[in-house]
Amino acid sequence: MLTTKQKVWWALGTVAVLVYALFPVAAIFATSFKPSSELTSGTFLPSSPTLSNYESILAGDAQELFLSSLRNSIGISVISTVLASILATLAAYAIARLDFPGKKLVLMTSLAVSIFPVISIVTPLFNLWRTIGLYDTWPGLIIPYMSLTLPISIWTLTAFFRQIPWELEQAAQVDGATTYQAFRRAIVPLAAPGVFTTALIAFFIAWNDFVYGISLTSTSAARPVPAALAFFTGSSQFEEPTGAISAAAVVVTIPVVVLVLLFQRQIVSGLTQGAVKG
Amino acid sequence: MSAITLKNIVKEYGDGYAAVNDVSLDIADGEFVILVGPSGCGKSTLLRMIVGLEDITSGELRIDDDLVNDKAPRDRDLAMVFQNYALYPHLTVFENIAFPLRLTKGALSDDEIDARVRRASTLLELDEHLDRKPANLSGGQRQRVAMGRAIVREARAFLFDEPLSNLDAKLRGQMRTEIARMQRTLGTTTVYVTHDQTEALTLGDRVAVLRRGVLQQVASPRSLYEQPVNLFVAGFIGSPPMNFLPGTVGESSISTPFGDLPLTDRLRSAVDGREIVIVGIRPDAFHDVDESDVPDEAVRFEAEIDVTEWLGSELYAYVPFTSHDDVAAKLEELDRDLDGEGMRTQLVVSLDAMSTLTDGDDATLWFDPASAHVFDPETGDNLTRDAERASKLDEHGAKARKRAIERAREKAERGEASVAVPSAG
Ligand SMILES: Nc1ncnc2c1ncn2[C@@H]1O[C@H](COP(=O)(O)OP(=O)(O)O)[C@@H](O)[C@H]1O
Ligand SMILES: [Mg+2]
Repeated sequence: MLTTKQKVWWALGTVAVLVYALFPVAAIFATSFKPSSELTSGTFLPSSPTLSNYESILAGDAQELFLSSLRNSIGISVISTVLASILATLAAYAIARLDFPGKKLVLMTSLAVSIFPVISIVTPLFNLWRTIGLYDTWPGLIIPYMSLTLPISIWTLTAFFRQIPWELEQAAQVDGATTYQAFRRAIVPLAAPGVFTTALIAFFIAWNDFVYGISLTSTSAARPVPAALAFFTGSSQFEEPTGAISAAAVVVTIPVVVLVLLFQRQIVSGLTQGAVKG
Repeated sequence: MSAITLKNIVKEYGDGYAAVNDVSLDIADGEFVILVGPSGCGKSTLLRMIVGLEDITSGELRIDDDLVNDKAPRDRDLAMVFQNYALYPHLTVFENIAFPLRLTKGALSDDEIDARVRRASTLLELDEHLDRKPANLSGGQRQRVAMGRAIVREARAFLFDEPLSNLDAKLRGQMRTEIARMQRTLGTTTVYVTHDQTEALTLGDRVAVLRRGVLQQVASPRSLYEQPVNLFVAGFIGSPPMNFLPGTVGESSISTPFGDLPLTDRLRSAVDGREIVIVGIRPDAFHDVDESDVPDEAVRFEAEIDVTEWLGSELYAYVPFTSHDDVAAKLEELDRDLDGEGMRTQLVVSLDAMSTLTDGDDATLWFDPASAHVFDPETGDNLTRDAERASKLDEHGAKARKRAIERAREKAERGEASVAVPSAG
């Protein structure tokens, strides 16, 4: 049991971490409600809150820029998440259950890919994509996103699959199940939380990317939200688009927060299960 | 309920290692057969071949009269309890037990499934745990859930793979009796794998002893204990294990480190010209001269007791000796086969608990030479085995089993109604 003193220290520590992590979010949230005249006022809270920033990105000048980039972000992130989850599930299943030469190599390669700095690949990729016509297209972003999401997905899922009691499949077969039924009824319910958690992590990685998004796109054909924010302009050239950017940032943060809140139990159990016995 | 027939079953794993080698075994309908042997001898492999989780390299496996070598597990209709229980962690106890029934796809109504699960859970005293998940149960409870899943199905036979090895000693004893009772009540053919010779002797109608994939002896527990076919079976069955002493054959006696056995007709024909033999004597064949009447034919010897262990119901005394070079190698090999630690050679003597002997005492002990077995040091064969007596013991065992099953069935018929009423209501 914790003593009172320890409890106080824990509470203080938790508050410090929360403030550190959430203050920027709160600042952006507050800023998104400020009219343009107040942006430089230096106060934290807007004195006369307004929805004009949200109006401008959802219905006003910046609407086209923002909504098209939102569509790109959602589409590209979802597709690369689905693809990465399917591929990572198959790969991790093979690594966890089968014995084949080069198993270590696959794991090490995927680790090597994930520690390669993004910024060092982006210039060659820019040239390559321009040559083969992938520049400024959805596949042009989906492919590099998968290079970010696949390694971590493979590693998390392998760790997760390794501690699934696979003999349950055999138990189910003895109990009268076909091979498919055994997999469906005994294994899938246990594997699903891991796959689900991994998919969420992959989605956030793709959703949050900036470097690829800004370097490999040039128009609203494929530009995702984080990159599009840089292209916001104020209503006049003397006006900073800070308010609109803040509003857009809040809008793109919402899905992340909602997903995490909805699935926090699965995420925690998925992550810790993989972590404890990997 | 079914008979299971194994004919020249061989299992070679990918690396060419024959984990099970030419095993033939007839398991009668309703019989409780134990497969026993030290770990790694191929028991699980054999069981998994019977249930269909492992391919049979060669040989024939029949259930009743069907050849099932190539049938999938589900088509063999056998129920198995795994060593680590293999419960479905995402399902409640109820659903775990109901799992095999749900797979019968509409053959059973929900009411019927419910009734059957509750009958099994009552039998296994799991009623108050039906809504819990396996992770929240104790080891013994999990074990019973696994058994429940096996018995709801009314399968053709039960297969157990070391079901009690994850339980503590006290629970193991309880569950052992429970399994014996359940098998008698249901009268279902059962194959039970264990490395524990106590379980083998207490549970089995017949016990099959395996060593490195080869079947050594199949016999009733009594026959196995009294008339083992070779050194391995003699050393494996019985606790503490049989003492093996080097014996030098002389004109009129076999001399051992603990007295000379006179060459009676029985021993003379057993020895049959050999110069060195291994003499096997069970610990409980020894007695203290001061505490018992010594018969005329007894062999007496002086011993300096090294260590004693008092267990309440008996007293174990240990007397070290040096083994003969010619048999030392054979005994060391035996020890390795039996998962031993290559400990120094010592005589184990099981004496009356009232004995006052303590460490360091000098004692005069005796044993009846008629209780001694003589083994060939080369082949390990038991040279004194009385086949006639052995088959008499087996017959006796078979009769006892038949009676027990009949009694249990009568009882079940009488009791059936009282079990069925609450589950139907
Ligand atoms: N999948 C496998 N591949 C290769 N060898 C195996 C495999 N499974 C078991 N063995 C070997 O077969 C022998 C018997 O194993 P097992 O049947 O599990 O023994 P037991 O259950 O009696 O302890 C052991 O020597 C083991 O190493
Ligand atoms: Mg085993």
